[in-house]
Amino acid sequence: MRASRVRDGLVLLALAGYAAPFFWQAMTSLRPDTELLPLTHLWPTRLTLSHYDVVFRQSLMPRALVNSLGIALLSTLLAVGLGALAAYALARLPVRGRSLILLAMIAATAFPQIATVSPLYLLMRALGLRDTWLALILANGSFTLPLVTWLLAGFIREIPRALEEAAVVDGAGRLATLRWVVLPLAAPGIASAALLAFLFSWNEFLFAYSLTATEASRTVPVALALFPGVFEVPWGDIAAASLLASLPPILIVVGFQRYLVRGLLAGALRE
Amino acid sequence: MTDHRLAWILLAPALAVLGGLTVYPALWVLWLSFQYRVPVFSISRWAGLDHYAFLAVDTRFWNAAWVTGVFTGCSVALECGLGLAMALALRGQSRGRRVALALLLLAWALPSVVTAKMFEWLYHPAGGLVNFLVGGRTINWLGDPDLALPALIAADVWRATPFVTLLCFARLLTIPADLYEAAQVDGAAGLQAFARITWPLVRPILLVALLFRTLDALRAFDIMFVLTGGGPAGATETLTVYAYRALFQTLQMGFGSAIGVVVFAFVMVVAVAYLWVINRQDQTA
Repeated sequence: MRASRVRDGLVLLALAGYAAPFFWQAMTSLRPDTELLPLTHLWPTRLTLSHYDVVFRQSLMPRALVNSLGIALLSTLLAVGLGALAAYALARLPVRGRSLILLAMIAATAFPQIATVSPLYLLMRALGLRDTWLALILANGSFTLPLVTWLLAGFIREIPRALEEAAVVDGAGRLATLRWVVLPLAAPGIASAALLAFLFSWNEFLFAYSLTATEASRTVPVALALFPGVFEVPWGDIAAASLLASLPPILIVVGFQRYLVRGLLAGALRE
Repeated sequence: MTDHRLAWILLAPALAVLGGLTVYPALWVLWLSFQYRVPVFSISRWAGLDHYAFLAVDTRFWNAAWVTGVFTGCSVALECGLGLAMALALRGQSRGRRVALALLLLAWALPSVVTAKMFEWLYHPAGGLVNFLVGGRTINWLGDPDLALPALIAADVWRATPFVTLLCFARLLTIPADLYEAAQVDGAAGLQAFARITWPLVRPILLVALLFRTLDALRAFDIMFVLTGGGPAGATETLTVYAYRALFQTLQMGFGSAIGVVVFAFVMVVAVAYLWVINRQDQTA
């Protein structure tokens, strides 16, 4: 018993070591500028919030956080909304060419962004959507839609048919059954798919970098990549900005871990 | 309303979005790759296979293809090996599994731009933790053409290994303990038990993880673009970075699209391999 406790502790310690690059960045964000360069000792003599102060008052980060949050939430809504309807049809209704559609969905999840970014750029320019939220909502939403549809179709198939049939016997139509029986039962699966879609949009860089031009729509990863330095690179400020960019992912791995793990596993084991 | 009609009504919005924003661009990029297209100079004319003919003799393209190959091969191999090892270490964990998974998955969930910025700082010649830990040297990890690619691979391995670990770990948990007890009775323990029980059961999922990681490594862009920008002297310039520079820095939409199509072709080969493997596993299972 004691040996296993020691072993558990060692594994946790090793994993904390694995996450050390992140903790180092967190410490850098609290370290005074004078102790950053050159690095002469491991632990700082004092901690400061001045880097966060700079990021909030003098950088484009606050605006980028708002953009990122809005774009990620709305593109998740788009993908999950359309994905849930399509998934129900694919899982439960007679669809000619179902296997072809599902195959196309898997193929679409593998599409490299670098190959679709140039047509999307020309398309968004032609539609006058460059540098708008809508461009990124459409780009991210459509990119995650195949995975979301695929995941949800799998989750809906796991729901016992008997429950739906009972609702139909009680006189509910297909749509009422979908709304009141299937969707509530699929809620944990929807949460998993939504988390993955949100995480993708929050982290997405290539579309955001190519389709945005100003702070009107620049997202957090773009603001971070373009973080300005006048004469020197402001490493402490960058560390503070990266910590802010990491908050939603941290919340997800800590607070919604169960759904994230379930979504990742279901996404990888697409039987 | 018949179920057939309802099915198409429910599918229509998703298919319309996918058609307009995924399938159409995927066909359009192929069309673009046959054109000279430089929007700023209003150039738009047919190029046929000119871009591909140029790529065939373009040393920068072959260098990028080589870098992509080395990056993909090395990072995927390391991620699979390390991922399996970490999954085996995690298996016996009885307490603190939630904390363990949170620490593990954090690296995977962070935006890759954050990972790139983190490693840029870790590798800093004077302020970086890496040089501090190797004894206060001032190695220029990202500025040395021989070190930049390994440094980049290390960052990607850190980011992506948790994904492999999670898949293997989930598989390990489903192996019943009595299989090992039976093997112990037969005198198989340690490595022998691993070879006879664990490995055959983990191998299929590891193969899936390997193909997934290969797909992602081939299309990776953010981490090298932000960490090294493809430098120094093209040492870390992958096909994706080359394509991006052609598209948005020299604004050659046609030529850049041709490189994008090449990446597309590589990725699709791996995707087909994946479907084939899944199909075969289904049949044997």
